[in-house]
Amino acid sequence: MAYLLIIISAVFVNNIVLSQFLGICPFLGVSKKVNTAIGMSGAVMFVLVLATMVTYILNKYVLVPLNIEFLQTISFILIIASLVQMVEIVLKKVSHSLYEALGVFLPLITTNCCVLGVSMLALDLPSKYSFVEEGSLALAIVFAFANALAFGLALVLFAGIREQIQLTDIPKRLQGTPISLIAAGLLALAFMGFSGLV
Amino acid sequence: MADIKNLTRGIIKENPIFSLLLGMCPTLGVTTSGTNGMCMGLATMFVLIMSNMVISIIKNVIPNKVRIPAFIVIIATFVTIIQLLMEAYVPALFEQLGLYIPLIVVNCIILGRAESFASKNGVIDSILDGIGMGLGFTLALTLLGLVREMLGAGTIFGWNFLGMEDPKTMLVFILPPGAFLVLAYLIAIIKKNN
Amino acid sequence: MSQKLESSLKNMVIVLFVITFVAGISLALVQQITLDPINAAHQQKQIDAISIVVPEFDNNPLDCCSKVAVDGDSVSIYKATKNNEPVGYAILSSTNSGFGGFVQVMVGLQPDGTIYNTSVVSHQETPGLGDRMTTDKFRNQFQGFDCEKQKAIVKKDGGDVDALTAATISSRAFCSTIRKAYNAYLALNNQSTCTDGQSGATKHE
Repeated sequence: MAYLLIIISAVFVNNIVLSQFLGICPFLGVSKKVNTAIGMSGAVMFVLVLATMVTYILNKYVLVPLNIEFLQTISFILIIASLVQMVEIVLKKVSHSLYEALGVFLPLITTNCCVLGVSMLALDLPSKYSFVEEGSLALAIVFAFANALAFGLALVLFAGIREQIQLTDIPKRLQGTPISLIAAGLLALAFMGFSGLV
Repeated sequence: MADIKNLTRGIIKENPIFSLLLGMCPTLGVTTSGTNGMCMGLATMFVLIMSNMVISIIKNVIPNKVRIPAFIVIIATFVTIIQLLMEAYVPALFEQLGLYIPLIVVNCIILGRAESFASKNGVIDSILDGIGMGLGFTLALTLLGLVREMLGAGTIFGWNFLGMEDPKTMLVFILPPGAFLVLAYLIAIIKKNN
Repeated sequence: MSQKLESSLKNMVIVLFVITFVAGISLALVQQITLDPINAAHQQKQIDAISIVVPEFDNNPLDCCSKVAVDGDSVSIYKATKNNEPVGYAILSSTNSGFGGFVQVMVGLQPDGTIYNTSVVSHQETPGLGDRMTTDKFRNQFQGFDCEKQKAIVKKDGGDVDALTAATISSRAFCSTIRKAYNAYLALNNQSTCTDGQSGATKHE
């Protein structure tokens, strides 16, 4: 039950992009076409779940026992950066087709703040969700997966909207970034309708 | 040679937010009030100046292939320092900004400036560039925060300028959608003037 | 040194190691310096919340804390005294039923059981709607509130509390923290208060 609630909450109620503003750069950057949006979401899901798993284990079995939680930021970002590199190398060797699909997006993910943000949020789930009694690795992974879904949903929806926007006549001053931001704002407004659901 | 242009460039012409569209996450996330926006801007500016300075000093001893990890370590160090300092001396603010402080690490502006400016220029120029870009970022965040605060809460830096006890304000502007809308119109207005 | 260092394996390993080492050392140093101020800031926050909700006191309530199990939850009660006479109890009560989830309220009770004042410690309610529970206008109706005679339930549900307009769920959550605090106070009166063993164990929270 807790797993289901986490997924609903992360995808709809506290959508990582539209209500917590993590991962805005790729949200605005790679959302011109639905196809690239799907590729990016896939890459993010891959890295996000892996990164959260590793950082959760690191935090629980190394940082906390040694009482050096203040090194969280620095160690997490290094792990994410090297993980991304490693995933890229492994993908290239193992599955070329997958590499073709996700490869271009991987380097971009290091500075995607939703990866670092989610791996930090996943450390402290009980204080965030009332229905979570105690944090566990499985919960953290589900949380990461749910947030990746949320990111993908927002990105794909937004890409769809942007494809339509390109066909319409927009006032000159609003062309480009401003109209995209307004569309994002309306999307966020729509997602606010989910608040209070969980 | 130190050049004053390095200082002024980041403030308006190459403003990281309004014209380069870098560092959007904290821009939208913390600007629910002018004060929050300003403080986030200042914290980022501190990290930007320090990392620019250190990177320009040691740029020659960093082998090219490992420069990105080296930059990330340096940036993350300064972020953690400001995080600890804020938690100790301004705890209320620290709680308000929350997760967005460690996330300064992945703010594209900082890594971007380290890569494209500090790793190629001298110390003084890099510091000036850091101050300029930091000021531009702080200005943009403060402006965004102020507009949202005025429309959404009816206050300016917490001061109730309407003088009404319970003003009917447009709440949506301090909620997430308002961040996108205000930024959209600010960019449109600034585009017009350029 | 004007020439850039070569990207040989040895150079890369050495440079990265030195940078991380220096980073680690400087962070450890800053952490040591800020350790005490951070702890002090955390304590100050609790004391600030306590001093809002109980009358003037001269002890350190954090040293006089007891934990009481109420409604399947453990609640901290801080006893404030002046000249060794109890002047009030600050009870850190919380609920998960807010609109945004977790709501934590410090409820101050006078020794006779009426509420002196309340203070919202943390919440995630909607800005402009539910978060008006932090305003004096809403909280002031609880000053002098007697849970014995009045019902800490919103009027809509048959109680005595004026709910916030358009934020009934937040108001209900606030009321439930009040009821929980009062239950904790009743439970406290049934057991010995503020023993040394308890205060020693909970002092560092």
